[in-house]
Amino acid sequence: MSGWRHPSMGHMIDRTSPISFSFDGTPLQGFQGDSVASALLAAGPRVLGRSFKYHRPRGLWGMAGEEPNAIFDVQEQGLGCPNQRATTLPLRAGMALRSVNTRPSAQGDWLGVMDWAQRFLPAGFYYKTFMALGWMRWEPMIRRMAGLGRLDPAHMPAATTPALNALCDLLVIGAGPAGLAAAKAAADQGRVVWLLDEATALGGSLRWRGGEINGAPWAEFANATETAVLQAGGRVLTDTTLWGAFDHGSYAAWQRRANAPDRHWRLRAQQVILAAGAIERPMWFANNDLPGILSAEAALHYLVLYGAVAGRRILLATGNDASYPVAAALAQAGAQVILADTRQQTPPAPQGVRHMPGATLSRAHGSRAVGAATVDGHYIDADTILVSGGYTPSVHLHCQAGGKLDWAPACDALVPRPGTAPMATVGAANGAFGLALALAQGHAAAQGAGPAPQATAPAWGLAAIRPNPQLRGRQWIDPQNDVTLKDVKLAAQEGYSAVEHLKRYTTLGMATDQGRSANFAGLAAMAALTGRSIAQTGTTTYRPPFVPVPLGVIGGLRRGSAFDPPKRLALEPQHREMGARLREYGGWLRPAFYGTDEARAVQSEALIARKTVGLYDASPLGKIEVIGPNAAALLDFCGYVPMSSLKPGRARYGFMLAESGIVHDDGVVLRLDTDRFVVSASSSHVASVRMILEEARQDRFASKDVFVHDITCNWCTLTASGPAARALLVQAGVLAPGSAAHALPHMGVIESQWQGAPLRLARVSFTGDCAFEISVPLRHASALYTALDAARTTLGGAWIGLEAVMILRAEKGYILVGKDTDGVTMPHDLGWSGPRSKRQDPYFGDRALFTAEAQRPDRRQLVGLVTPQHTPLPTGAHIVPNSGDLHSLGFVTSSYYSPFLGRPIALAMVNGGRDLMGETVGVFHLGERMQAQICAPCALDPKGERLNG
Amino acid sequence: MQQFPCPFCGLREETEFHFAAEAGKPRPEPAAQVSADRWAAYLYLSAAPKGEAHEIWVHRSCGEFFLMTRNTETRAVLATQALPGRAGE
Amino acid sequence: MTRYSALSLLSQGVRGHRGWRPAWAKTHRPKPAYDAVIVGGGGHGLATAYYLAKTHGLSRVAVLEKGWIGGGNTGRNTTAVRSNYFYPESVALYDLALRLYEGLSKELNYNIMLSQRGMLIAAHTPAQMEICARIANAMQLNGVDGHLMTAAEAKARIPLLNQTRDARFALMGGVWQGRAGVARHDAVAWGYARAASALGVDIIENCTVTGIETQAGAVCGVQTNLGPIRTGRLGLAAAGATPGLAAMVGASLPIHTYALQAFVSEPVKPMLDTVLLYLGTGTYVSQSDKGELVFGGGLDRVPTHGQRGNLPAQETVVSGLLEMFPAFAQLKLLRQWAGVVDVVPDSSPVIGPLGPKGMFVNCGWGTGGFKAIPAGGWLLAHLLATGTHHTISRPFDIDRFTTGRLIDEAAGSGIAH
Repeated sequence: MSGWRHPSMGHMIDRTSPISFSFDGTPLQGFQGDSVASALLAAGPRVLGRSFKYHRPRGLWGMAGEEPNAIFDVQEQGLGCPNQRATTLPLRAGMALRSVNTRPSAQGDWLGVMDWAQRFLPAGFYYKTFMALGWMRWEPMIRRMAGLGRLDPAHMPAATTPALNALCDLLVIGAGPAGLAAAKAAADQGRVVWLLDEATALGGSLRWRGGEINGAPWAEFANATETAVLQAGGRVLTDTTLWGAFDHGSYAAWQRRANAPDRHWRLRAQQVILAAGAIERPMWFANNDLPGILSAEAALHYLVLYGAVAGRRILLATGNDASYPVAAALAQAGAQVILADTRQQTPPAPQGVRHMPGATLSRAHGSRAVGAATVDGHYIDADTILVSGGYTPSVHLHCQAGGKLDWAPACDALVPRPGTAPMATVGAANGAFGLALALAQGHAAAQGAGPAPQATAPAWGLAAIRPNPQLRGRQWIDPQNDVTLKDVKLAAQEGYSAVEHLKRYTTLGMATDQGRSANFAGLAAMAALTGRSIAQTGTTTYRPPFVPVPLGVIGGLRRGSAFDPPKRLALEPQHREMGARLREYGGWLRPAFYGTDEARAVQSEALIARKTVGLYDASPLGKIEVIGPNAAALLDFCGYVPMSSLKPGRARYGFMLAESGIVHDDGVVLRLDTDRFVVSASSSHVASVRMILEEARQDRFASKDVFVHDITCNWCTLTASGPAARALLVQAGVLAPGSAAHALPHMGVIESQWQGAPLRLARVSFTGDCAFEISVPLRHASALYTALDAARTTLGGAWIGLEAVMILRAEKGYILVGKDTDGVTMPHDLGWSGPRSKRQDPYFGDRALFTAEAQRPDRRQLVGLVTPQHTPLPTGAHIVPNSGDLHSLGFVTSSYYSPFLGRPIALAMVNGGRDLMGETVGVFHLGERMQAQICAPCALDPKGERLNG
Repeated sequence: MQQFPCPFCGLREETEFHFAAEAGKPRPEPAAQVSADRWAAYLYLSAAPKGEAHEIWVHRSCGEFFLMTRNTETRAVLATQALPGRAGE
Repeated sequence: MTRYSALSLLSQGVRGHRGWRPAWAKTHRPKPAYDAVIVGGGGHGLATAYYLAKTHGLSRVAVLEKGWIGGGNTGRNTTAVRSNYFYPESVALYDLALRLYEGLSKELNYNIMLSQRGMLIAAHTPAQMEICARIANAMQLNGVDGHLMTAAEAKARIPLLNQTRDARFALMGGVWQGRAGVARHDAVAWGYARAASALGVDIIENCTVTGIETQAGAVCGVQTNLGPIRTGRLGLAAAGATPGLAAMVGASLPIHTYALQAFVSEPVKPMLDTVLLYLGTGTYVSQSDKGELVFGGGLDRVPTHGQRGNLPAQETVVSGLLEMFPAFAQLKLLRQWAGVVDVVPDSSPVIGPLGPKGMFVNCGWGTGGFKAIPAGGWLLAHLLATGTHHTISRPFDIDRFTTGRLIDEAAGSGIAH
């Protein structure tokens, strides 16, 4: 218990609003305005969690996304959420925090014994063992031990995050001094600026470091910037993390809002300025992972913003000037501070601070938390160690956008190489440490007019600090993944010295802090161990996301019915009214059957359709108009069956092939006039058929001579099928007795009027019965429905769903492309070999019908099956030899009980099937072998007499 | 999110486009005179160049096929143009 | 080579692990000539070298890798291994791989962490269930463990699946393969490298092939940034870079290259015990030993050679995952990356001779190369050593595009790789 709350400091918190929360069951108190991290720091518990592998005690380290240790499962209002980072989580009343990787608590974790075995568990130890009994013997134990927090199975967050798109002139990432200067400079010139910062307020490090800009407190400059940005039509978004740079200048940002859903921004900008600041590096000494060791910058952050003081007896170890104000502030706040600087040449010691120039921290002492330290051989009593090993510029987004890095010795860091990414990087992210420099760079990058904002703060001096392989004791490089300097050494020794090998072998930098505090040390250590420079050693690739982003933010609203929404019928309300059970077919939600008992309803519908009349909604059937003098020629090229010989007023069945000769779609083409056709593509192939037609049109034809126009969704089509179909249409007033339409022959098409609406009638049949497709523009759908339904009732017909239609078409041996055919089926496999043997003119897929494979006599061919049993064969069963060796000869593609025939029917694709007519074959399904006889696909009315009605 | 300039509609998002083929492969005809090798080369073989590529794309929103030259590695779009004979219609 | 075992780990632990040697010897300068040269130091290339040395006894073998070994698609996938295929040719190929995987940790003396936790391809419509039945039966007839799972069985195994009333895709069941699972991808590359190196194979990183030399229609060597290397036998196992290599001798391949993204969430305690592919969303997912969700989905739309993913595919895959598992919206995306996959029209690999005599390719694995690594290496080694196809690789020769005898799983089973 070393952290404490200063009686007056901390402008973020409201001391009049205390907030109760708990940690590992212990009740604690913070204030409104606290982050979980600041509340915990002030409340005192040091051990906040355990490490992943050795279960070492771990405490708070940082102040933002770099925090590797203070990660909790948070329970609020009865619902849990795992792996919440204390540094970026606002404190709310009633939060129950549970440490991760602990049994039962962070303070008393019995798996802490793992640390005793650490010498036998070096990097990659699992690659060398667990082989004798098989990995799966050991895996469950390892899985249980791994994994940070616990998912709450009952917590299903609603999909509420909208995705929003925005454009601006200038996107400024980061609202610290450099970002503010850039935003102000651009906004002052009237440019539309979006200024983003992941913190809850503008200012970046100014918020805790303070400073004067143009001779006034920095906050005035920040306010003026915000005003200027808003006046120029821009936006200022705080609590917003820009997490991804993608191709062609697109960016993704995650905005967090209090009491409102988060937002997912997709941004584009004319210009992008990266001002993401820098992250303080740790230091490397023995036991540098003990609770009570914090980033110096973070300690200042907590002190100034929240009045949370890291400790009472503080050792601050550093090698740079930036730590001096930290030491001064802490001393002024009432802590005892010893400042150990690795440099001999240092700024003057702040008042009240014991100064140790040229001193190096080599070891921290303590079992569960820091109690003392060794500095240059001196044992120093301390309850808290603050460290600053330098600063690593946040170059992630520059690199995500393809940018390269250069080693800059002056700031001891890798910085963006100018011109290698489509953005300018300024301020600390560019290695420009110090207020004046940051302001100048931001101003210049935005092409600011006049002089840059002025500040007096000098640039920081710093010394390079590195992990020291000669030092005794364990030095942590990646605290969350428990990677030590010895692990890096071992990786180098075993040849995993390429940075990516190092990362993958040791898991260095792969924790949920994404290596923010670990990567540089790993790189520096590997460079030292292999005798290369850091620049030669290289870096791992930077990829989105910059911080872990909730999956719900990326997934957005695309859930439930909004996930790949199915298309809907205009008459859906009427179908529902009639008790339709809707199911998805080819991307459309269509009636599967009417009623509740599927098996009974389907059989009954199929029987009524054969005996009197069945009505079904065929609106999803494709209706692609092909118009113009070259329409017939285009269809001849795109289709397998030529259409130029079709007479106006007639329809013809045909196929469209892929260029590979595979049956892509089948359907009827209507010729309404010499230069006007309608292609009835199957519902799921409308888009692809249209594209095949368009491509051929644009590639081969003078395109003004033929047009392709998809009108599928503009028309409603209802189909009446059965012996009483014509009577139904007469009764509904669609057909006048004695009219040309009434006498329409099979495969005849006619356009007329019905109740003032355009009407198209096609006598085409997918059932083998006399059938009419009746099409009207969508706005007349309801009227057509009402008229047909009234007539249906009188005639004793039925509305039938798609499942019954499936039976009717299968009784006739009519195929469904994609069900009875697959990606190798050619038209001659279905018995349609005429065009293949006769056509000389070019058509889509022609050459592929004559490959060696296409000419094999034992290709899979469409056949029917008769089974002696009363139950239908399972669809998906394979055809096998009747006896002997089991191997696949094909499979059952469609199988139903036919109520009209009173027996099961089936279609199958069978190797050389047409030569096997009458033969008995085996049918294999899930280990069982049955028998069936091969027959012709058509089981009903092979002469087609029913078509006449 | 990549963006491509449709010669007819202007700059649009990648989700509106579909890659059709590598450019410069005329369809071999008549079928009876096309050898199996030539057909396979036309239908299946591709250069898949790393770097500059000449391709045919379709802007699904307007249905127009067009030529695009782009770098397949950097993803820079170098040029787009309507198919020959289709510009300015 | 120090043998890896619990005992050696203990004894090294006592001695501060000072005795471990490099897992594979670093060859910085290639020899002037080799019996066989393999281009591509991913899983397939390293496995090829291993089997050439181990099975065929070739002692002078080199693997040339332009970057670091295992850095291509071997290290950029979702680590699933399975042989739930439809065509006998595919089953023979992928089950050879799975059988080799099953003994690989012991054979290589390197724990590749093969975890056969099973895989479900989940169906949501009667039509998909019929296709699943077709696949399950095909698997059984081809001698592979395939099981048609009911909805109840599937729900019992994956309790977190979306079963709310507004679920877009209700679960009907699916195809289950118990022997399917995941393996540690990097370990496969490193394990093969270590075992090959111990047999004398030279593994040369940062070595880029700049030209292929031929004489009288036969391969006689390669040019590299480290100088020329003579060889009469050249194997190309370079995934998306293979078309570029083939072009050096004027050969073409039926390959387009696309970016395929993979995603990793923050780790949580175990809550998903199988590999799952959802036909409705196209998203597949498993949970790693470390506790991270590893998931992926469809390809990015635009052909490319750049190893980067874009936002539209990310949004689609992630929303698909959440539609399957609404509770996963509690989790955060931790990492995301993309591999360049070499996609062939029938989504089956191309294995066999190409171009000049003595040159062989093993490519076109598209999105499914990791699961095939042992078989791909084994078969390419057979080709390089004998000059002729093994019966398992014969159907995958490039001549199938001329004969038309494609092996298109998506076409046969309705389910892509």
